[in-house]
This record gives sequence, C-alpha cells and structure tokens, in this order.
Amino acid sequence: MSSETGTTSPEAAAAPPPGTASPASSPSPGSRKKRVPRGHRRLLTRRDRLTLGLMAGVPTILHVALVWLTALASIALAFTTWDGIGFDSIKWVGLDNFKELFTTNPQFWPAVEHNVIWFVVLILIPTPFGLFLAVQLDKKIRFSRVYQTAFFLPVVVSMAVIGFVWQLVYNPDTGLINSLIGANKPGHYIDWIGDPNLNLWAILIAASWRHAGYMMILYLAGLKGVDPALREASSLDGANEWQTFKNVVFPTLRPTNTVVLVVTIIEALRAFDLVFVFNKGAQGTELLSILVTNNIIGESSRIGYGSAIAVVLLVISLAVIIPYLIATFRKERRA
Amino acid sequence: MSTTVPLKRRTPVRPARVLLHTFLVVTSLAWLAPLLWALFAALRPYAETSAKGYVSWPDKLSFDNFTNAFQQSDMLHYFGNTLLIAIPAVLLTLFLSSCVAFYVSRFDFRVNLFLLLVFTAGNLLPQQVIITPLYRLYLLVDLPGITVSGKLYDSALGLVLIHVAFQSGFCAFVLSNYMRSLPHELTEAALVDGASVWRLYWQIVLPLCKPAMAALATLLSIWIYNDFFWAIVLISTGENMPITSALNNLSGQYFTDPNLVAAGALLTAIPTLIVYFVLQRQFVSGLTLGANKG
Repeated sequence: MSSETGTTSPEAAAAPPPGTASPASSPSPGSRKKRVPRGHRRLLTRRDRLTLGLMAGVPTILHVALVWLTALASIALAFTTWDGIGFDSIKWVGLDNFKELFTTNPQFWPAVEHNVIWFVVLILIPTPFGLFLAVQLDKKIRFSRVYQTAFFLPVVVSMAVIGFVWQLVYNPDTGLINSLIGANKPGHYIDWIGDPNLNLWAILIAASWRHAGYMMILYLAGLKGVDPALREASSLDGANEWQTFKNVVFPTLRPTNTVVLVVTIIEALRAFDLVFVFNKGAQGTELLSILVTNNIIGESSRIGYGSAIAVVLLVISLAVIIPYLIATFRKERRA
Repeated sequence: MSTTVPLKRRTPVRPARVLLHTFLVVTSLAWLAPLLWALFAALRPYAETSAKGYVSWPDKLSFDNFTNAFQQSDMLHYFGNTLLIAIPAVLLTLFLSSCVAFYVSRFDFRVNLFLLLVFTAGNLLPQQVIITPLYRLYLLVDLPGITVSGKLYDSALGLVLIHVAFQSGFCAFVLSNYMRSLPHELTEAALVDGASVWRLYWQIVLPLCKPAMAALATLLSIWIYNDFFWAIVLISTGENMPITSALNNLSGQYFTDPNLVAAGALLTAIPTLIVYFVLQRQFVSGLTLGANKG
C-alpha cells in the first residue's frame, strides 16, 4: 500500500492481507459442502446475470487496463526506443536498453544497491523496534493510546510533508542538528542532504522513523490474536518475560511476520517520495523508482530506456508478490 | 527488556512499570521531535530566527507564518483541488470494489480466486512499474470539453481513475473476505423469494458491510490525500495540482524562509491529522482488516 505512496503507500501500505488468516478460520468439517452458491446460479434471471456481469466487469476492466496492460506495455516498450512523439518512431532494438542499463549507465547499479540497503535497514532497525514497542504497549499499561499515537503519527502524514519536516532538521544553516552541534557556520557545515556519503543515511533515518510506527501497528494487531491462555500457561511454568516471548509469543506471530516482510520489501521497492522531496535522487540517493521517473518528467524522454528500468523493478516485485499470494490464496482455498 | 523479574500474576511490578513509562515517554517525545521542531520554527518570525539562530529562546510566537503561508500560496485553492480528486476517488473505489467483492464472495463462479489474485497483485506493484506507458496513454486520450486540459493528462479525472484502479485491489480483497463471513442463508432466502441480485447487494449485503466500508473509507481518504507520486507525474499545470505536490512547487519560492515552509507543510498535514484523530479506531482497524478476517 501505500502509497503511496506512498507509498504508500502504503499506499504503500497495501498491507496486511490475509497472510494472517488466523487459526480461527480453519476449515470446519462441513465447509466444503457449504461453499454452495451453485444453487444461487439456477435462480438468476437474465437481468441478474447482466447486473453481475457489470458489477464484476467494470471494475475489472478499469483495473486491468490501467494496471496490468500498462505493466505489459512497459515490458514491450523495454525492447524498443521511442521518443514519445508519434507511434512510427517506435523502433525494435532487442536487448540494447538492458545492455546499456547493466553496463554503461553509471546510476543503475548504485540505484539497485540503494534499494537493497533501503530494505536491509528497514528490516533490521525499525521493524524489530516496532515489534519491541508493540510488545511493550500490549501490556495493558496506562496511556497506551497516547504512546501509540505518538509513534503512529508519522505514518498518517504525507511522505511529502515528512520530507519538508526533515529538511528543517537537516538543513545545513538553519537545521536542528547542525544548530545543536554548532556545525552551522560556514566552513564547518555538515551537509546532510548534499554530501553523497551521508544523504542516503539521513533519508533512511526519516524513512525508519515512519516505518517503525507502521510495523508497531501491524504487530499490535498480531499480538491481539495471541491466546492469553498460552502466555498464562508459560508464566505458570516459570518462564520469564523474555522466554515467554521467544518461545510462545513470537512463534505464533508467524503470519504477521510474513506480512511484515512482504510490506517491507514492497516499501523498499516503492521508496520515492522522500528522496524526491529531499534532492530528486541526485548524487548518492539514486533509486530505481527515481530513475524511472526521471525518464518521464526530466528533460530527456527516453521511453524505452525508462521502461527497461521499470521491467527490472517489475521482475523483482513479482518475485516477491507471486510466492506470497500463492501461499496466501492456498490458505484461503483451504479455509 | 525493561524487566527480567519473573511476573507474578495481577500484581504489576512497580519499578519495572516506572521504567517502562519513562522509556515510553522519552521515546515518544523523541518521535515527535521533528514535528514539534517544525511547529516551533513555524511559530517564529523569520527575522527573529535569522538574527538569533534557530536554536534560541523565542521572543515572540505567533501564527503569522501560518496565515501568510495560507494566503500567499493560495492553499485553499489546492485543498479544493485535492477534494475534487479525493472525494470521487474514495466513493468510486468503495463502490466498485464492493461490487467485485460481492460477485466473488457470493457467486462462486470459477473466476473468483483468479480475479482476486489479479486485483491484489496489482495493488502490490510499485507505481513506477506502470507509469511510463500510463503517462503516454494519458497524453493520448483526448477528452475535449470534458477536462480542462482536453486530455486525461493534467486533469482531476485522470488522477481519480488511476487512484480507483490502483486502490480497488486492496479494497476488493478486504471486502470479499468480509462478505464471505456473512451467513449464506441471508442472501439465499432473499433469492428464493425472488429478490434481484442488485437488491441483494444494495439492501442486504452492503448495509452489513458498514464497519468495513467505514474503515476502508478512512484509510483511502488518507492515502489519496497523501498521494504525491501520481500527482507529480500526471499533473503538469501548477494550478491543477493537489495540495501535497503543490507544496513541493511552492517550497521553491520560499526557499529563503524555512519558517514559512514549515508552516505550509504543517497546514498541509492538518486535514489528515484531523481525520486520524476523529476516526482513529476505523483507521487502525482498516490497516489490520485483512489480518483479522472472518
């Protein structure tokens, strides 16, 4: 989901589908027979069939046309060159775009590397921290809501706004950090956003700040599904808090962990808004998403080349999405 | 981590709790610090901070930056643009995805699993995968007289369409899970009594889905309001931009006055914050709806 953009979107936050199908939804003995609605079909009039066709057809056409056909078009265009003006300038070039991308484009491999770093940082730092917060807030303490809101607020605010807010923190002359450490005088600047060795990490701090709250909410929901009797039994057996968590609670969070892993990978691939607001992905903050976008809204409109980058992004995403959906839907079918 | 003392049931260990609260208070404040810092900057006049430095005791706090940002940057206009996109997009997404969900969850034709798979996977794709052809397509579609730009490109309609197409994946999935949990006898009886399919949907199933719809509506309004990417690429005229991408345009003009930018950014965030605080429960349950099905 999300989208969003953000990502959310969450956006970006296409979040937590059913991976989490809880044990509660395990098939009841009669459920196979209960799937009936075959009976429904016999009762349908012609008009009902038409209604149903429209109800399913219109949204499907819209979705398939704008999302899947364009994705296919990306694949097709990746093997061509096109200046975007008129269809007759489309020329088949085979693998040339990919060859150029993999061998001569100086931004491509750094972008891949940054996307990987993005994922590794998100999964290693804010994700466990979000889990830690969720475990603490799940203890029925007072003001839990207030704390939750504080941690979750960054997820609610637009990534673009977050970008501006963090610029106020990182700005070399007027920013919070440099003002506090006295690095805001000419000659002593630490240029958090301009320095190619620093900027990716500076942006990742802002991204982690947001990600932790998101993960906290997902884990809080997961923890609600943990049977209290299990915990009680384990503490009666003399397990301490950490042992209970490690041996009883965490294993039951497996479905949530799957969702969290998928969401984090997708977020890392989608990452765009923050970087675009910070410095448009120049020097040190290249990302695949930024390279694609630059081919559209930049001065040079190289459609085929931009599509080739998009295809790389597509292949990586599908490698994650497909196994996840197969596992999820297999569970659905059984349920 | 806060405690290694074995837990006795029902008698909370005091020192551990105090430690936990201290930790949580400190961390929450650290978490809010960037936003509070933006607020502090926005409340001070630029002249004062440039003379005394940003980290300094304020002489005078006022809302002047907020009123200036609001008026000078014509924010009301951009809020209007956003509403023009977000309201139809949220309503259409909910309507269309509930239609698909109704179909796949109540009428067990063979396509249902495949259809849901297509929708759900589409929603998980990064937007950049489809943007290049989409951008060309939007430039290609002529709509003289229907949109101001005469094309799908650079129009509110274009943004509404892509939001609906993209977001309906998640919503169809969540709603179909929800509808499947409703007892079959409900609709079966009505069908036998001769009710039409449309009536089944509109008068029986949809009213029962209110909680899920409310949760999704909250989520969608925040996501669509916050959208930055589609608007940056698919809208070219500054005038037509929704608030988040307009902010990006405007910040260039105010680069010399970070306090004004801070005020503008915070003003942009206010509607989402209001929605979140008023509908917090819906928002959180929406995020985890897929998780607790049935």
